[in-house]
Amino acid sequence: MKLSPDEVRYVAELARMSLTSEEVERFARGLSSILDSFDMLTEVNTDGVPPTTHPLSLQNIFREDIREPSLTLTDVVANAPQKEGGFFKVKPVL
Amino acid sequence: MKFETVIGLEVHAQLSTRSKMFCGCSTDYANSPPNTHVCPVCLGMPGVLPKANHKAIEYTIMTALALNCRIPDRTKFDRKNYSYPDLMKGYQISQYDAPIGVGGWMDVEGKRIGIERVHLEEDVAKLIHKGSCTLVDVNRSGIPLMEVVTRPDISTPEEAREFVGRLRIILQYLGVASGNMEEGSLRCDANISIRANGQGFPKVEVKNMNSLSGIYRALEYEERRQREAVEKGEKLVQETRGFSEEGVTFSQRSKEYASDYRYFPEPDIPPLALDRKWVEELRSCLPELPDSKKERLVKEVGLSPYQADLISSQKPLCDYFEICLTENKVKPGEVANWLLGEFSHQINQAGTDPKDCQVRPHMLCELIDLVASGKISGTSGQKVLGEMFQSGRGAEEIVQERGVYQITDEECVRAVACEVISQNQKAVQDFRKGKTQVLTFLVGQVMKKTQGRANPGLTANTLTELLK
Ligand SMILES: [Zn+2]
Repeated sequence: MKLSPDEVRYVAELARMSLTSEEVERFARGLSSILDSFDMLTEVNTDGVPPTTHPLSLQNIFREDIREPSLTLTDVVANAPQKEGGFFKVKPVL
Repeated sequence: MKFETVIGLEVHAQLSTRSKMFCGCSTDYANSPPNTHVCPVCLGMPGVLPKANHKAIEYTIMTALALNCRIPDRTKFDRKNYSYPDLMKGYQISQYDAPIGVGGWMDVEGKRIGIERVHLEEDVAKLIHKGSCTLVDVNRSGIPLMEVVTRPDISTPEEAREFVGRLRIILQYLGVASGNMEEGSLRCDANISIRANGQGFPKVEVKNMNSLSGIYRALEYEERRQREAVEKGEKLVQETRGFSEEGVTFSQRSKEYASDYRYFPEPDIPPLALDRKWVEELRSCLPELPDSKKERLVKEVGLSPYQADLISSQKPLCDYFEICLTENKVKPGEVANWLLGEFSHQINQAGTDPKDCQVRPHMLCELIDLVASGKISGTSGQKVLGEMFQSGRGAEEIVQERGVYQITDEECVRAVACEVISQNQKAVQDFRKGKTQVLTFLVGQVMKKTQGRANPGLTANTLTELLK
C-alpha cells in the first residue's frame, strides 16, 4: 500500500511533528513498506477465526477500589524541564 | 420558515470511587495542591501498567441499567489519540466500539429520549492558561469519567436542561457520582442543528456549559443564531463553539479537537467479559429511582404530586424526609411542607446538606408536632426552627425559654381583643357598617400585642363575637 506525501503530512500534523519535505519523502517510503508487510496478513484465510482485540488470553484484570500512596511532589516534578508553583509549565496552548 | 431543532447530548460524570480509574491515587483532589495525587501510572510514565478499577466498572454498569441500556457480554478499552498537554500519555484510555451500555432510554416529562451509549474513560489533567505559558495539574488525570451519550431526540433547550437535571438526580440516587456541576464533576457538551422546512443544516458542538441554566442559555442562543443565519441566507458551518458566561457561544477554531483520534484497542488492558450473573446481581441491587420514588410518595405516602416531585428530585432532602416518616409522629404532608419551606430556606442560607445540619429529623418532627397540636403558632414555629439551626437546641427547650407557647386560653384572648377594640374605634365603626375585611386588621393588632402567640382562629372568633 502506497502512502502519499499528503497522508504523511496529515499524520505528522496529528502527532504535532513538523517534517522537512525530505523527511516526508523518506517516511512515505518507510511507512509504505511497513503497510506492505501488514498487507501480507490479509492473504491469510481467517474464515472461522474469532476476532481478537488482545494477544493474551487474559480477561477481567481488575484492581479493587483501594487508595495507595501517591508520589511526593518533589519526585513528580523532578524530571520536568519547566515548573512553577508545583505545576508543570508548558508552552501556551490557548 | 418552519424550524425544528435537533439536539444530542454528551454528559460526562466523574464517578465517586475512592481511587482513580487505573491506579491507586486518591480521587479526593478538590482542595489539594497541584500534582499531589499522582503516580507513575497517571503521569503516563513509560513501562507502567494500568489496571481497571472494579468499582468504576460496576458504577457504569449500574448507570447503564438505570438508563435501560443493554449490557453486552464483552467490552474493552481503547486508546483515543490526540496531542494536547492535558493528556500525559498522548492518548486517553476510553471506549470506542464496545461500550459498557448501549441502546437505552430515559423519560423526560413524558417524552422518551434515547440513550446511544454509556461508556467509561479517564479524566484528563487540568490546564491553567496564562498568557505566556500553560500550567498543568495532573491531579484530575485518571479520575474515572463516565460518558452518557443521547440520541439526537431532544428538540428544545428546555428538554436538554431537563434531561441533564434528571440524569443528575439518577446518578445521585445510584450513589455513583456527586453530579456537582459547579465543581466540574458533571460536564455537558451538546450537538445542535436545525431543520428548516425539512432541510437539515450542519451541526454545531457546544462546549463549556457548566450549569443547568448554562445548558439552557447556550442552546437557546445557538438555536436562535442558527435560525437567524438561515433566514438571512448565511452559510452555517460544522464547528465547535464555546459558551461564555455572558451568554453567547463563540467559534473555537483551535485544532485541539481534531476529530481523527485513530482509536485502537488498549493493549495494556485485557478485554472484559461482563458475566450475566454479575450484571443481574447489580440490577437487583439498584435502589429505588426518582420516578418510582415520586410515584410511591404520592400513592403510598399521600403527598401531592407537586410535593412528591420537589422532594424526590432532591436526594438529600428526600433521605431526610424518609427518616422523618419513621418518627410516626407527624403527617407526611406537613413534614413535606416544612422541608420545602422554612427548612430548605435555612439549609440554603447556611449552605449545608440536610444530612449534616444540626437539626436532626426527630427534632424537626418535634417542632412540627408543637405546631400541629396548636401549642405554638406556625409563625412562631418558623422562628423557633431558625433558632434550632443556629444553636442546635431542641424545639421544646427554645419554646419554653422564649415563652412562645400559643395563647389558646379564651379569657386571655378576649382581654387582648377588648383592648384592641377600645383602641381602634374607627375600624370598629367601619366593621359595623359592613366592611368585614377590617377584621383581618383587628386580628393583626391582637397578634402584634401578643407577639404572634394568639391562636388566629380563636382570635377571629372572639373579635367577631365582641363586635356583634
Ligand atoms: Zn496515579
